[in-house]
Amino acid sequence: MSFDWEAEAPKMTMLLYGIVAFLAIIGVLLLVLDRVSGRKDRWVALGFLAPAVIMLTIGLIIPAIRTLAFSFMNGDSTQFVGLQNYLWMFAQEESRIVLRNTLLWVLLVPSVATTVGLVYAVLVDRARFESVAKALIFMPMAISFVGAGIIWKFIYAYRSAEQGEQIGLLNQIVVWLGGTPQNWLLEEGPNTFFLIAVLIWIQAGFAMVVLSAAIKAIPAEITEAARIDGVTPWQMFWRVTVPSIRPALLVVLVTISIATLKVFDIVRTMTAGNFKTSVIANEMYSQAFVAGDNGRSSALAVFLFILVMPIVFYQIRQIRRRRQEAM
Amino acid sequence: MTAHAEAPAIPTATTPQRTAAGRVRKRLTSRWASAASLIIALLWTVPTFGLFISSIRPEDEIKSNGWWNFFAKPQFTLDNYQEVLFGTSSSSGRLAGFFINSLVITIPSVLFPLAFCALAAYALAWTKFRGRDWVYIGIFALQIVPLQMALVPLLQFFSSTFDLEGTASFAQVWFAHTAFAIPLGTFLLHNFMAELPGDVIEAARVDGAGHARIFRQVVLPLIVPALASFGIFQFLWVWNDLLVALVFSSGSDVRPLTVRLAELAGTRGNEWQRLTSGAFVSIVIPLIVFLSLQRFFVRGLLAGSVKG
Repeated sequence: MSFDWEAEAPKMTMLLYGIVAFLAIIGVLLLVLDRVSGRKDRWVALGFLAPAVIMLTIGLIIPAIRTLAFSFMNGDSTQFVGLQNYLWMFAQEESRIVLRNTLLWVLLVPSVATTVGLVYAVLVDRARFESVAKALIFMPMAISFVGAGIIWKFIYAYRSAEQGEQIGLLNQIVVWLGGTPQNWLLEEGPNTFFLIAVLIWIQAGFAMVVLSAAIKAIPAEITEAARIDGVTPWQMFWRVTVPSIRPALLVVLVTISIATLKVFDIVRTMTAGNFKTSVIANEMYSQAFVAGDNGRSSALAVFLFILVMPIVFYQIRQIRRRRQEAM
Repeated sequence: MTAHAEAPAIPTATTPQRTAAGRVRKRLTSRWASAASLIIALLWTVPTFGLFISSIRPEDEIKSNGWWNFFAKPQFTLDNYQEVLFGTSSSSGRLAGFFINSLVITIPSVLFPLAFCALAAYALAWTKFRGRDWVYIGIFALQIVPLQMALVPLLQFFSSTFDLEGTASFAQVWFAHTAFAIPLGTFLLHNFMAELPGDVIEAARVDGAGHARIFRQVVLPLIVPALASFGIFQFLWVWNDLLVALVFSSGSDVRPLTVRLAELAGTRGNEWQRLTSGAFVSIVIPLIVFLSLQRFFVRGLLAGSVKG
């Protein structure tokens, strides 16, 4: 049980290189910029923007364009095949299941996570242990999807009758209630819902924090006026709280939707996409790096891109509007 | 992405302000409300708690009965951690090495984006040149490109141009993480930087300071909170990432904890003594960072984001 430090030395050297490279790049850049500082803003701006723009071009823009091109080509990108990869995506039974699952995820996760987050934010607002109570719900945000996948796999763990007692909490509860234990993750159909629960568990904390901040920002006069009018708590919630935090609600829904569309780790860790649980991002990975079919994987990636695209238009409009208001 | 430049600070429970929700809560019979919040709180904490309890139980116990039996007859051991971190058999986790890989991946993958984004954000906020708004919108819009769009071609680019092997391939993981972080990071830091008082920077200009010096001496100290928010965000993202690591790292000298754990979950799905302790090893660092720097993290979240 000893730890071989020597085996770790090359990694440490690499880390050192990385940090030295970092300091060198930044140091040289700032030195050069000091020299040109007196001149026109344009050249200085170019220097400031250069690292980010170069990284984006090599790391994101060119690859994305190539992916788009690959999506119209065959598996090893040697032949143009037109829309064949896209047709495959919508025609095949197994890929249709992938699309159906993705739809289920994106319908359920944002709505349920936001609802839970909102209800909890309202319930603990100004309660005595508010900050502790919020931290508890928020904690899963710090846990990796892989970690969360293992945590929940353990909850869903199944023991057959010969193996003895149940060790998974869910099955134990079923036994206590007099039911028969199930191997939840193998039940095609319901198993997707058990995976969806994991992402809801992670995202509810995010919704709660953002909505809680929005609730606290509602001006006291509004609630005061409503109270004088004698509204019931129920009316207060629907007619005052919810309308006041509408922008924050939208933001939360949109953000969680995008995260959900790209969900990968949870499926990968818990079922690896087997038993009809695959989603677009997982299928994209499997096609590219297991099946080695660049055409299909690229088509899936492009489809993912198209799904999240409407949001960018909405956001750009928002930015423009804010800029105009600011002027 | 959520574009709330003026994110409200998180008031604590002691905030005297009366809020709508506060009223709702007060009016609801609080017994009902407490019960509901208690149930949610339990649902959200028991899974992690169960994992932790299991990780300190002896292997035979984990495999023969549920972790809730721990309270009836407590048996405590650190063997699982010993085994999963330092065990030498091929089936044990050997997570200590992977833990170091995670660190080597994460540190530069946080430093580079921080610096590059701060520089770019400064140019977009405080220098004047034609087409500035378009560059800003362009970088902003790239947030929406899923990193799935870049994986295959970027990997091809690396293997055909550099062909990095062994620990040298850390560099391509750093590169990928940095490139993917720039749209969000630039956006967040720009929001914060644009809010800085213009006269401070104007005064420095009048004193004859160039942009490089203003950036270093005036702006950097002022944006520390924003840097902290984005830094924590990026740290958690990189440490917890599985997809980028799976694609860009290979071999047990480079792959991070998440990849190893996902592997263990797949091939040794019933070795719960390793999975529970292993998962906890991977959770502990982000949890510490999160709990100690929660304030910054929350602020970063409120400033809004869509990543990847």
